[in-house]
Amino acid sequence: MIEIRRILTQVEDIHHEFGPSAAQPLRRGAIAAVLRNPFAGRYEADILPMMDALQPLGLQLAQQLHAAMDVPAERIEGYGKGAIVGAAGELEHGALWHVPGGYAMRELLGFKDEGKGGQPGNALAIVPSTKKVGPPGATLDVPLTHINASYVRSHFDAIEVRVPGAPAADELVVILAMSCGPRVHARVGGLKASEISKWDGLR
Amino acid sequence: MKIRKLIVQVDETRIEMGKSIEPPTRKALAMAVIANPYAGRYSENLDELIAIGEELGGLLGDKCVQALGIPPGQAHSYGKAAIVGEAGELEHAAAILHPKLGAPLRKAVGKGAALVPSAKKRGGLGTAIDVPLGHKDAAFVRSHFDAMEARVSDAPRADEIVVAVVVTDSGRPLPRIGGLQVNEIKGEDGLR
Repeated sequence: MIEIRRILTQVEDIHHEFGPSAAQPLRRGAIAAVLRNPFAGRYEADILPMMDALQPLGLQLAQQLHAAMDVPAERIEGYGKGAIVGAAGELEHGALWHVPGGYAMRELLGFKDEGKGGQPGNALAIVPSTKKVGPPGATLDVPLTHINASYVRSHFDAIEVRVPGAPAADELVVILAMSCGPRVHARVGGLKASEISKWDGLR
Repeated sequence: MKIRKLIVQVDETRIEMGKSIEPPTRKALAMAVIANPYAGRYSENLDELIAIGEELGGLLGDKCVQALGIPPGQAHSYGKAAIVGEAGELEHAAAILHPKLGAPLRKAVGKGAALVPSAKKRGGLGTAIDVPLGHKDAAFVRSHFDAMEARVSDAPRADEIVVAVVVTDSGRPLPRIGGLQVNEIKGEDGLR
């Protein structure tokens, strides 16, 4: 059911955005896999089997992105996911990525009972996402938020992902994204990562 | 040289037109977003950009080879391009790309007898440029004529330049239009 045609990985280091250069540049990465959409061109009522079938791909992409970013897992502070559905598919096909995409990154980054500053686990926050139906080369702005507390304001971000030439009408592009820190010149207040206290995935 | 961003992409094709590509074809793209020291004025002398080109040839070439995870000698094709923000001129791209970028790039890919194909344009945020590709040792190898699109969503700003280098470890996924083949390369004159 899962047939990968192409994989595009992207890693960027942001040194500054016309403010002081960061001591350590902000590293962000995204990985996009181009798959055949097995449901293209027709309405299929039961699409759930594909959700399970996507799980190994999710894990593989999460690991591959992590390797490309070349940082220890502890340095990953933000994440997000998304999907672009080719013209012969429907938005609901993109929604199949919600569970396997999120599960994969939480599997990669998650741990329990480490006892660091009362932290009861890791990758506690929902993985933010977006999706659309689009033509080849469509861009998707994949949202990023803090992996442990969705309200951490410094980590609200997005990374633009685009695969030139994909998706074709009968394809899907599924995307994972991760970042190593706050926006490079974050300074609009709000909850800080150092102030996470509830460990409920939100604050 | 002031680098604002560095971006590295790897594009791997495993299936094309329903056919498995084994091993997959892979293209790596490295881009730097830099400040244009000559933005907003005419300067007869462009030495600063020529020096930046030399530095970026090595930096971006190495990033590509590293991202592919290959020894330099296994690189197949290469190409380069620049997008100049609107407060700069086309000649600024030329100063980066043509005088000195080639030598360190060739070092990064092992050899490189052939011309490094190039493209340049002026553009705004998110402008895409198709980086032309040719075999590094023999420009006439037809299976390796290709291109890879380069684009940074938030660059170039008016006083910036996006510089892109592409290195591959393969040609097109399903080459079958004849011409000079990789196994026929002499690799002496850069053409055949």
